Amino acid sequence: MSNSTIEVQDFRKEYGDFVAVNNISFDVKIGEIFGLLGPNGAGKTSTLESLEGLRAPDGGKLKVAGVDPVREPRKLRSVIGVQLQSASLPESITPDEAMRFFCGYHHVAPRYDLLERLGLGEKRKTQFHALSTGQQRRLGLALAVGHDPQVLFLDEPTAGLDVASRVELHSLMRELQEQGTTIILATHDMAEAERMTDRVAILLKGELATIGTPTEITATGAGLTKISVYTSNKSLAKHSPTFPAVQRASAKDDYHIFFSNDIGATVGEIIKYLEENADPLIDLRVERPSLEDRFLEITNGELS
Amino acid sequence: MTAFINHFLFEFRAGVRNKTQLLMNYLLPLGFYAMMGFVMVEINPGFLDVLLPSMLIFAVLASTLLGIPDPLVNARENGVFRSYKINGIPAFNILAIPVLTTMLHLVIIAIIMSATAGSVFDAPLPTNWLNFALVFLVTAFASAGLSVLIGVASRSSRITVLWSQAIFLPSMLIGGLMMPYSVLPEGTQLISRIFPSTHMMNAFGTLAMGTSADFNAWASVGILLTGGILAIGLAWYLFSWDSASGSRRGHPLMGFLALIPYIIGAFFL
Repeated sequence: MSNSTIEVQDFRKEYGDFVAVNNISFDVKIGEIFGLLGPNGAGKTSTLESLEGLRAPDGGKLKVAGVDPVREPRKLRSVIGVQLQSASLPESITPDEAMRFFCGYHHVAPRYDLLERLGLGEKRKTQFHALSTGQQRRLGLALAVGHDPQVLFLDEPTAGLDVASRVELHSLMRELQEQGTTIILATHDMAEAERMTDRVAILLKGELATIGTPTEITATGAGLTKISVYTSNKSLAKHSPTFPAVQRASAKDDYHIFFSNDIGATVGEIIKYLEENADPLIDLRVERPSLEDRFLEITNGELS
Repeated sequence: MTAFINHFLFEFRAGVRNKTQLLMNYLLPLGFYAMMGFVMVEINPGFLDVLLPSMLIFAVLASTLLGIPDPLVNARENGVFRSYKINGIPAFNILAIPVLTTMLHLVIIAIIMSATAGSVFDAPLPTNWLNFALVFLVTAFASAGLSVLIGVASRSSRITVLWSQAIFLPSMLIGGLMMPYSVLPEGTQLISRIFPSTHMMNAFGTLAMGTSADFNAWASVGILLTGGILAIGLAWYLFSWDSASGSRRGHPLMGFLALIPYIIGAFFL
């Protein structure tokens, strides 16, 4: 645990009789991008807000960059940066003022360059209420990293962002990671989690359902490969043939979809079948199971 | 210190940028002052004697009771305080800075009214400018303290309006602003002494304007000062970063403790 920057041991959070988080433990290493995933009500927010010092845990031990969030709140502020979804700024504050304001409290010089980098250069004198949702989120991010925190918490950072802003955000996250910043990313965007994180933890009903790299997590599932086929004469739909190694099949948007545990055998038989039936192949796609597939497998299985 | 100054400057500018606060800090007090100076004096020439202190107290009550609580409630409800907390902004600054910036807006109003009351309306000016400044600062502090407490203790904007008006309206009617304290029936005088404006008028009139005292003016100053300190202390104690977290210390009704100096004053002055 020596190279861990976040340590969570038997963490428990209750609201009256409701147990939001039930004795979970995990650690995050220095410089990792760590994804915290889970459906609504899984305990993500309670975990994040306790690590950020916004809530007090009801049991267990938390450490963030060597700091106890409950006992050393002041010290915590200097080592973490937080972009919260449920946080806001005064309506009339401008990005320039906000940067000066927050950097002042962190005892660092204002980082106006971050505003330029995150596409807020022309909006530096615009009041907060007049910024778009995406601009407000980018400002929140700029303020979160303005004091070079050791640990950065990002809660749904790409929600409401356009494609260019997402790319810039991801590039900034990589840059911060190279500088040694640990990033905790809470997101519902599974593609983003799969692409950006080194490891993820999936929470479910206050329990830790699984933890590992995205590759490890997808590998531990049923492991079925998705084969989507689109043909001219739709012979697959008409005759519903069976192929080896196919566990289940479905159809969507004129594509016939097979879930197979042996790609070679299944694809070979499909092509042979189409040739025999004189049905020209237009498109064939082979996709490995994604983190989203595995996430749905875990959450659907547990919830049912 | 730089952080405090940046915070102070932002809040001060917000007091002009925000349309509601601009209305409460400047437009309403100055508009009402002009209306009373031109119209009320024609109807009731005796009002000229109290034009400056009464309009100054009206400005204090409007910009504090009607201007401070709502932005505090909205900031808490919209998650602004959560942003402040995660960036290490102390609760004390969140409460103290609106008090100080509102007092600065009021100083500007006081300068405008003091400079025009004599020349434009021929109203009497203070006979003791030092006491005038002292009473003015204590008055603004007491009312700003109560306003911050209302903002902290209220769960929503609707309740904020209720509490603010519960002090503002009786202050206007029986607090010595529209009619002198001395003409009120004895029972009403007792109730009147629970409201800060009665003590404000008494202190201004006796210590700054040179009129005769309704009751001990320095005791009024003491009550206002104690009430202000108590209100700020209670606001700090009851302060909550987040309405959803339920982390507030104490019950909001504890805010009524800030009225203790006024209630004592009502019975013993």
